Amino acid sequence: MSAPDISARATVDREHSLFLLREMLRIRRFEEKAAEMYSLQKIHGFLHLYIGEEATGVGAMQAFTQQDAIVATYREHGHALARGMSANVLMAEMYGKATGCSHGHGGSMHFFDASRRFYGGYAIVGGGLPVAVGLALANKMQKRPAITGCYFGDGAVAEGEFHESLNLAALWKLPVVFLCENNLYAMGTALERHQAQTDISRKADAYGLPSSAVDGMDVLAVEDATRKSADFVRGGNGPCLLEFRTYRFRAHSMADPDLYRTKEEIETWKKRDPIVLFEAKLREMGLLADADLARIESEIAAEIAEAVRFAEASPREPIEDLLKDVEAGPSK
Amino acid sequence: MTKLTYREAVRAAMRKALRDDPRVFLMGEDVGRYGGAFAVSLGLLAEFGPERVRDAPLSESAFVGAGIGAALGGMRPIVEIMTINFSMLAMDQILNNAATLRHMSGGQLSVPLVCRVATGGGRQMAAQHSHSLEGWYAHIPGIKVMTPATVPDAYGMVLAALREPDPVFIFEHATLYPLEGELDEGATSFDITHAAVVQSGSDVTLITYGGTLGKTMQATKRLASEGIEAEVIDLRTLRPLDTPTIVTSVAKTHRAVIIDEAWRTGSFAAEISAQIMEKAFDDLDAPVARVCSAEAPMPYAKHLEEATLPQVDQIIAAAREMVPRHG
Repeated sequence: MSAPDISARATVDREHSLFLLREMLRIRRFEEKAAEMYSLQKIHGFLHLYIGEEATGVGAMQAFTQQDAIVATYREHGHALARGMSANVLMAEMYGKATGCSHGHGGSMHFFDASRRFYGGYAIVGGGLPVAVGLALANKMQKRPAITGCYFGDGAVAEGEFHESLNLAALWKLPVVFLCENNLYAMGTALERHQAQTDISRKADAYGLPSSAVDGMDVLAVEDATRKSADFVRGGNGPCLLEFRTYRFRAHSMADPDLYRTKEEIETWKKRDPIVLFEAKLREMGLLADADLARIESEIAAEIAEAVRFAEASPREPIEDLLKDVEAGPSK
Repeated sequence: MTKLTYREAVRAAMRKALRDDPRVFLMGEDVGRYGGAFAVSLGLLAEFGPERVRDAPLSESAFVGAGIGAALGGMRPIVEIMTINFSMLAMDQILNNAATLRHMSGGQLSVPLVCRVATGGGRQMAAQHSHSLEGWYAHIPGIKVMTPATVPDAYGMVLAALREPDPVFIFEHATLYPLEGELDEGATSFDITHAAVVQSGSDVTLITYGGTLGKTMQATKRLASEGIEAEVIDLRTLRPLDTPTIVTSVAKTHRAVIIDEAWRTGSFAAEISAQIMEKAFDDLDAPVARVCSAEAPMPYAKHLEEATLPQVDQIIAAAREMVPRHG
């Protein structure tokens, strides 16, 4: 990639920058703890870590207000945290506890928060895109200024739902920003082994959507591009697509032995760790001191320790409530 | 009371909903300018405009999913899927999202989506437009499945479905659209939880729904001429199933024949049979019988299609076989 390692914005607001760094670190440390708890068999099922991709979740989320709707994927710990969900309810969800955001019905792949318009974790690849289009349709029909941000991965662009959704959103000029987190692998199948056209941003051309490819390891570049796209969409110009070129440092899930890529490839990408890059940039600009980082790390450590304590101490959902939310209760 | 067709009844209900509730809109293939593949929505585009009567591209997954998203976003979408065979293209959205989101989100999300789907055979449309797969839908927790067989139900079920906080699928048997009936358009409350005992009888219970109700009623006339008094249950709603009405009837007649246009194997008819076995076994004087479609993809040729679908003679034969000869 010929792009500079990190975007060279003339002015970088210190407070906001430290916030972005903090959010990325918060996701990183949360997931490291989740992996540890999975190894200790406190967390079960599938656990898909986002480590390496934090800049896309955190950067893009800055462009959305609390009135906007967010749709994510099964690799959505980062999106949920960046949206403002507490580490407590997420950890408890992975523990399968009643205090989890989804009462233990969803687990790692299915975080939801209706109060934050976080429409959650979809584990059928591409399955969230039509829902995002519909949320945008509702916004448009109700003449609300809100827009929808829809995250998905490179694997999803092989699904028919991706193409159907882009076409429908463009046809009806719906206010949705499609956010492709291209981490180069659909589970274990490399992009060039699943796409005839590997330039994902170009797929938007077929539907008349403006699109661009962005360095997904540069949180400021991601934020900038998403703000521009969100402004465009808020202006009633219809949808657009951003492709964030990123990489996951961990395996697809905790069950994945990671046999389909080389250690060298992973190590090469780790040199562009979005957190390391951003820390270095902030230090270079004199915006980050050791004491800042120590304070941030210590606050995050306390938050995550509390999340684990909360999850451990929380009750399980009573089995008597198993069928409670299959349908609405009579009072609703 | 107004006399109108099943098609007009569905249209009247949608018109009323579109007039009464600004959250309601109709979306599907050719529902606007074309007027609906079965002319159900004819005229609605002119009355309500393209924002609320939306012609969708041939993207079943996207427009059903968009219906789910719009419902999550506070709208009350009515999504028309042209035929039940096409609904397979939207099955991911229906099963994995519509039916699942409330429970999977711990009760946070509500998907008040109404999907209207044409179902059934009898029009020589062959094997990709004619099947009766509503039993598959009735397998899924989290959605309601309605199968209107009459003009009042064609009307009332649309309006009742729009009041539900969860996804409702309405399967309209395509041969019923020209059916005429009486409708009270002033009705405001609609029972969707009970099966209907359409005809009372003492010798055998004929259990059916949707497109086979008419054939079943024809069969009862000939059975009556032979001295067999059949009770007829129109299930109306497949999920949740009104099992008590079935059990009460079987307790009276001691015999049951299920008439279902779907294939027999793994069918909704099998489910009803199992319910009777579980809840009314001691009342039975004969094994439960099923009259279903032949286990073949629906053929085009008229004589073959007729041979595939349940027919009046088969219903009569099944009932006759289990009822002891009178006198």
